[in-house]
Amino acid sequence: MTTVVTDNCRRSRFTDCVLVCPVACFHGDDEMLYIDPVVCIDCGACISKCPVQAIYEDPIPADKQHWIEINAMRAPALPVIRTKQEPYPGAEARKKALGF
Amino acid sequence: MSSLGTQKNPLRAAIVGSGPAGFYAAEALIGSAPAVLVDMFERLASPFGLVRSGVAPDHPKLKQPIKVYQQIAESPQFRFLGNVTVGHDVSVKELKDCYHVVIFACGTQTDRTMGIPGESLPGSHAATEFVGWYNGHPDYRDLVFDLSHETAVVIGQGNVAVDVCRILAKTADELRHTDIAAHALEVLAQSRIRDIHMIGRRGPAQAKFTHPEIRELGELAECDPVVDPRDLELNSASREELADKRNRANIKSYEVLQAFAARPPSTRHRRCHIEFLKSPIELSGEGRLERVVLMRNRLEGEPSRQVARETGEIEELACGVLFRSIGYRGVAILGVPFDEARGVIPNRDGRVIDDGDVVAGLYVTGWIKRGPTGIIGTNREDSVLTVNSILADLPHLDVGARPGMDRLRALLEGRGSRVVSYADWQKIDAAEIRRGQPAAKPREKFTRLKEMLDVLGS
Repeated sequence: MTTVVTDNCRRSRFTDCVLVCPVACFHGDDEMLYIDPVVCIDCGACISKCPVQAIYEDPIPADKQHWIEINAMRAPALPVIRTKQEPYPGAEARKKALGF
Repeated sequence: MSSLGTQKNPLRAAIVGSGPAGFYAAEALIGSAPAVLVDMFERLASPFGLVRSGVAPDHPKLKQPIKVYQQIAESPQFRFLGNVTVGHDVSVKELKDCYHVVIFACGTQTDRTMGIPGESLPGSHAATEFVGWYNGHPDYRDLVFDLSHETAVVIGQGNVAVDVCRILAKTADELRHTDIAAHALEVLAQSRIRDIHMIGRRGPAQAKFTHPEIRELGELAECDPVVDPRDLELNSASREELADKRNRANIKSYEVLQAFAARPPSTRHRRCHIEFLKSPIELSGEGRLERVVLMRNRLEGEPSRQVARETGEIEELACGVLFRSIGYRGVAILGVPFDEARGVIPNRDGRVIDDGDVVAGLYVTGWIKRGPTGIIGTNREDSVLTVNSILADLPHLDVGARPGMDRLRALLEGRGSRVVSYADWQKIDAAEIRRGQPAAKPREKFTRLKEMLDVLGS
């Protein structure tokens, strides 16, 4: 089982997900968040919290598969994000553009 | 008097309950700006609430949050007082005298009943009792479940109902190396159950189980999921519900059910029937449960607000054991307001209210605050919100210094209580893990208080 953050998070970075993570598995850079697959328990709590539906769990669609490796590579190198932060500047406009 | 939340006058908080909601409240308090000391009270000698005694033994990954709770517990600002029942060993008034704030995070300890004739017949149980029993909870370890009949019925379609079905459906070999209680494994190994019926009052588009849970019913060694394709026919309102982008998770569950309906028959010796649009109206039998009478329902109403209405069409199902899993409710604590109808402590943003007025210093979080919804992580957000209310109230709270645990401990010990500290629990924990090793189990839980106290040599 895997749960991954994907493209819609980039430059949205709403961080609603981190509040419901029971194991603090989200890490982030300035643009988006990533899930550490070693820590994540695949509970799915974060999935419905994402305003732009950026988080996917198994079965991960074919066009999102490459995010499995990106999350696994990026997350451990970045700081853990545990608390809700300001979204990326312009996130609301991006959310609209994405159709949410 | 120094203002509250400073080194000279730290905010002293008591948390009642040591499940996810309690630990996330402790985490939020300890991580906040003011100086805070947190004491957590637990009626059992073991912490972690439903992560220990609710999460199914074959879901070890979902028990990983315990690692986070262990880190919180090791904070110098945190202390654990196990084997203390608030409202019995110590009163809420006494807690208020010792702490600036008291946070109730004690969950919903009892279940909702169906309110139908025959519900108390032997063989009719609450799912919570069965779950507590197989998870080694001391309150339930001596219950007896008769699995000598071929048919079991589970009423309800949440994840707890699915857990009960799966534990009944699995072979002993599939459970042997989990932390399931030894007494439960022994009984389950002798189970003669062949057919399990999980029955929901509404349709497949409304079922509360999550898709990873329901999918697992299709991955068992000796049990096939059975879904009647006619049960998957949707009315227009249900189609609309599933078409809503926000219901992505429900669509996935529906697709899993479609796959189950299309499965060819196999030679596996158990079947789990997932059935919709039926409500139990009566349980009957000579001196014990022998059958359940079911009313066929249809859905009525606007999308997302559909309710089950009786059609008048009745069917009977012979069964030897039944588990109801239709929701939980909290238990009132002496000295704390309680909403009898909802089974929760009435509150506004986590502040306990009595007849609409805020009761200063009392707070609530988790299931006893919002009712039994959501999963482990949902409680983290909920506890953060409650702690935000506490922090906002800080300037208005009584600043008088509180004695905290030192006075309470003396009070409890004067009454003959054996308070179990976190260091004590760590000894019990290590002993459980050692006990599990010969059977290659992650742990063999102690299921009696005495066994745990014996480890401590007291």
